[in-house]
Amino acid sequence: MRIVVAMSGGVDSSVAAALLADQGHDIIGLSMQLYDQAGGEASFGSCCSLDDLHDARRVAAALNIPHYIVNFERQFHEHVVSNFVREYTAGRTPLPCAHCNSDLKFATLLERAQGLGADAVATGHYARVERDAASGRYSLRRGADAAKDQSYFLFSLTQQQLACAVFPVGDRPKHSVREYARQRQLPVANKPDSQEICFIPDHDYAAFLDRQASGTTRGGAIVDEHGHVLGGHQGIHRFTVGQRKGLGVRASTSGAPMYVLALRPSERQVVVGPKAALERTMLRASGVNWIIDRPSSPIRAAAQIRHRHQPAPAAIQSIDDGRAEIVFDAPQIAITPGQAVVFYVEDLVVGGGWID
Amino acid sequence: MRVYFDYNATTPPAPEVTEAVVRVTRDTFGNASSVHHFGQQAKAAIDEARSAVASLINADPSELVFTGGGTEADNFAVRGAADALEATGRKQIIASAIEHEAVLNTLRALARRGWRTTLLPVDESGIVAPDRLREAITADTAIVSVMHANNEIGTIQPVRELAAIAHEHGALMHTDAVQSAGKIAIDVRALGVDLLSLSAHKFNGPKGAGALWIKRGTRIQPILTGGKHERNRRAGTENVPAIAGLGVAARLAAGKLADQDARVGALRDRLEEGILRGVPGTVVNGARTSRVPNTTNISFDHVEAESLLIALDLDGVAVSTGSACSSGSLEPSHVLRAMGLPAHRTQNSLRFSLGRFSTDEEVDRVVEILPRLVEKLRALTRNGRNLELGIRN
Repeated sequence: MRIVVAMSGGVDSSVAAALLADQGHDIIGLSMQLYDQAGGEASFGSCCSLDDLHDARRVAAALNIPHYIVNFERQFHEHVVSNFVREYTAGRTPLPCAHCNSDLKFATLLERAQGLGADAVATGHYARVERDAASGRYSLRRGADAAKDQSYFLFSLTQQQLACAVFPVGDRPKHSVREYARQRQLPVANKPDSQEICFIPDHDYAAFLDRQASGTTRGGAIVDEHGHVLGGHQGIHRFTVGQRKGLGVRASTSGAPMYVLALRPSERQVVVGPKAALERTMLRASGVNWIIDRPSSPIRAAAQIRHRHQPAPAAIQSIDDGRAEIVFDAPQIAITPGQAVVFYVEDLVVGGGWID
Repeated sequence: MRVYFDYNATTPPAPEVTEAVVRVTRDTFGNASSVHHFGQQAKAAIDEARSAVASLINADPSELVFTGGGTEADNFAVRGAADALEATGRKQIIASAIEHEAVLNTLRALARRGWRTTLLPVDESGIVAPDRLREAITADTAIVSVMHANNEIGTIQPVRELAAIAHEHGALMHTDAVQSAGKIAIDVRALGVDLLSLSAHKFNGPKGAGALWIKRGTRIQPILTGGKHERNRRAGTENVPAIAGLGVAARLAAGKLADQDARVGALRDRLEEGILRGVPGTVVNGARTSRVPNTTNISFDHVEAESLLIALDLDGVAVSTGSACSSGSLEPSHVLRAMGLPAHRTQNSLRFSLGRFSTDEEVDRVVEILPRLVEKLRALTRNGRNLELGIRN
């Protein structure tokens, strides 16, 4: 089978390519150039991602597979970066990696792969796809390594997309992936895992958003739940629900630490309060994607509201096409608009959506 | 079967060239500046190469300065002349809009130092009309730089007429002949230019060797300072093996130019006609009459050139989109844009460039596989948009 591997230059996608090549598949490595790598003369030689492309090329050479860099700057900006900026400036906390998966890797890149005669796109995600022989439906499961599982970022893949998705490292623990890379003498075997959002390599989200949304980000007031002004801020895009650090305010009476409870873009207000006020039992989600057949009556599942969240038991009701209401058995801290809520039955992803 | 149709990016070295580079690397390791036997051997190898390159372009050996390649030759010509002419008070440099980046980015660098730079437009033929230079040139013009043959579309520029206009106004004339030297006959006297750049690896020589021809008496400053190499014009110990390889390539090219022209031209024409006939929605970019014989640049409607390039490579056919230097960048070809082509045609064009070792079989192979690859990509752009649009089940 001819398979395109999306090669980021990291150890996971490198091993994904190696595993498939070793299974005898016809592998093509593609690396996506997603934002301006040259960056003009000012930042000449300072971009870490050029090193990632260098690593991807070296791995492809070691595996003796063809490798190309495809330019998706325009599509990445349209589908991922502009959404990221729009969400933050609307007081929400976006999840760009999920958009990149469903709107770029398994959309633009998949289409490109099909044009090259490939049947599937493989990535280095820790997740598993299986096809049910009886129904013909594809299921998505957590990766075998619970600590590395990335199924949360893949909930929005459709059946059509899952049918063309291959996750070769999904059934392995991370240490065995590194072990394979070492055995195979891949030049990235000891490369550290990447942690941050790829297009903001310096981790300075606020500065990035200031640049991208220039002119539209303005400061405002930090208020408590009763509307009392406690201080000022330099733009709601600098805050996320549940945030404690960097507020510069404390409760006037008790002196207890304060948390961001909500962001009000129209009033440019950051609402803060005590930790207890972050608790909610209900949320609504839109843009819901069901990986199982859409249930007509409420189902019981464990709902996960952010990447590092212990999924909590909940009742999930599909309201209409694309929306759902989730009621947790116990209150959850910091349900954050813009993040994904993903529904699990054991390690099976049954669906998910975007928190309103 | 692997087909190599990317000779404008670089060419396979001739066996005679490889042999010379290896032999000189091994046996002629002396520093050409040394007085002793070893130095004399190295110096002799360089002298032989200088004579060979001089014969190729009808120059005197002493007018040639060896460089590290075409880009350095272009930089030397434009920067070195600008440095020398600064004292005259002239502050304008004119080039064509379709120059190679080696010239364009040198102009940008000089613009930051206060030079006024003017780019001459081209029409859809990809040729600079001499009238455009007449309109742009002033008593303030120090240098005019227009390439001999364009790297992306192969069009030959009217350098002789342009040089005459430059000289009428007291300006120096440089031509970047990197894509023509060794492919078509060049006579620097007949062209009437003052400075001419060439590069060995574009005509079956080794990489890392080029030359700038400097007409005797032309005012130019070195851009590399150091020892007294190349008669004080290009400091740095000479890359003797590569220069020797350049010399061998020049001799081979000079001996076979007429035959090569006709043979490669016939192959290119057969390829071009085969593609135009076999693939609907194709058109040749730029003038087909005034062109180097090895190049054709073709637009494929409703195809992304990047995808077609990869699909061809997976089937063993090496071509390129525009210039090799701009691959990986989203910028559409500045050459096709300067020709006024609509945006989609600047993104759907492939360059096929042939050369000394190209064969009829290679042409047949490309003409045979292209229609199927193009049709496959077009079918996806017709049907597959729902994926990119994110339509959900």
